[in-house]
Amino acid sequence: MDLVIIDYGMGNLHSAHKAVEKVAAGRKTVAISSDPEVIRKAERVILPGVGAMRDCMAEMTNTGLLPVIAECLQNKPFLGICVGFQALMQTSEENGGVDCLGHFQGRVKFFGKNLVDSNDQRLKVPHIGWNQVQPTQDHALWQGISAAEYFYFVHSYYVEAKQPEQRLASCDYGAIHFDAALVENNVAAVQFHPEKSAAAGLQLLNNFLNWKP
Amino acid sequence: MTAIKPTTLTKRIIPCLDVDKGRVVKGVNFVGIRDAGDPVEIAKRYNDQGADEITFLDITASTEDRGTTLKMVEQIAGEIFIPLTVGGGVRSCEDIRRLLNAGADKVSINTAAVTNPELVKEAAERFGSQCIVVAIDAKKVSAEGEADRWEIFTHGGRNPTGLDAIEWSKKMVELGAGELLLTSMDRDGTKNGFDLGVTRAIADAVSVPVIASGGVGNLQHLVDGVLIGHADAVLAASIFHFGEHTIPEAKQFMADQGIPVRL
Repeated sequence: MDLVIIDYGMGNLHSAHKAVEKVAAGRKTVAISSDPEVIRKAERVILPGVGAMRDCMAEMTNTGLLPVIAECLQNKPFLGICVGFQALMQTSEENGGVDCLGHFQGRVKFFGKNLVDSNDQRLKVPHIGWNQVQPTQDHALWQGISAAEYFYFVHSYYVEAKQPEQRLASCDYGAIHFDAALVENNVAAVQFHPEKSAAAGLQLLNNFLNWKP
Repeated sequence: MTAIKPTTLTKRIIPCLDVDKGRVVKGVNFVGIRDAGDPVEIAKRYNDQGADEITFLDITASTEDRGTTLKMVEQIAGEIFIPLTVGGGVRSCEDIRRLLNAGADKVSINTAAVTNPELVKEAAERFGSQCIVVAIDAKKVSAEGEADRWEIFTHGGRNPTGLDAIEWSKKMVELGAGELLLTSMDRDGTKNGFDLGVTRAIADAVSVPVIASGGVGNLQHLVDGVLIGHADAVLAASIFHFGEHTIPEAKQFMADQGIPVRL
């Protein structure tokens, strides 16, 4: 398989699968799998994720996929999406505090209940909808995507990375400036949903399919 | 690269497809139903025009046509890469699972939220709040001169439930609704604009996004829904289906009045 979407029992992977199939356009093979051998043999993988962090970490453990995910993080192009991004950080504030995979240094924080915009109007949490993403470094994953392009987000928690050189893109919600994407070597991760972000999202997935870190 | 000015979450424009027996029809409350075409083609057109999301409401009365809906959702999901919400006749977690597997990103629960509120909780726990939308069908029940009061109605606005719309909305959010799709049953199909009173009352009362629906007849109505009604997203059907306006026109009109939109 050229690309495998890791199925660890969390939520709906169909959107991601359909979007990747669209950009693969029959030239590359794409599958959803929970089989460690299939994942191990994949050329590249996507770690998706919806739902709560505690459940995500528990499912990764219960399905026995933690070892193969750890291997993939070391040896092949890897894309984390949404909770699959947050899971790569050290800890999350969600569910009273959850230890995560710790691939990237930094933590996952709650937007809070009292977020307001510049006009003092209350902001809704989750952060749902289209917001602009500002690339913070030149990278193959941004090829063909303009600065300040819109992507679709759905999340109540955000990433605060410790190492600035890993920053790939940022975004603002109210007064909170957060990491919309990180990258280091073969591992990239995004907070937004490229699979639901129209042409820009498909371009990013296509860039990932062709990425040679 | 240097730091650039802060980014902003945009307000969403959501075209809605009311689908009956595999065809898009004009709003639910219209008497003379007018055929607007094939759902897959129409969804693709809105996707290409830059719609922020698409809502697909199955208004087919008979349950035997549900299979058609699943196939259609699957076809649409293979063509569009923006969020797709599907509603209509959702009664169980099994219904929700089938729709998500067919490619829906979110599922809207309508009557079943009233008859079985626990379904909202169960569904949010099982699938995550981000994909559970609760439809709030409200109608004004206060008399002229009284303080405004809105009640939840079911069955296309025919059956009163006695539930206060604002209290009910808060309860749905507590149970796990990730978004509310608020339809004013007084306005749906009238083209007289949203009921801004109930929109604002609910949008200000809950922590999750509110999608305003029911009554859009022109582009100013969309603007009013956001600026006066405090809606996070605006939904419309007939102004887009019959070519009166395109999605880019609607977005430009909103942008010209200072509303952040994805252009």
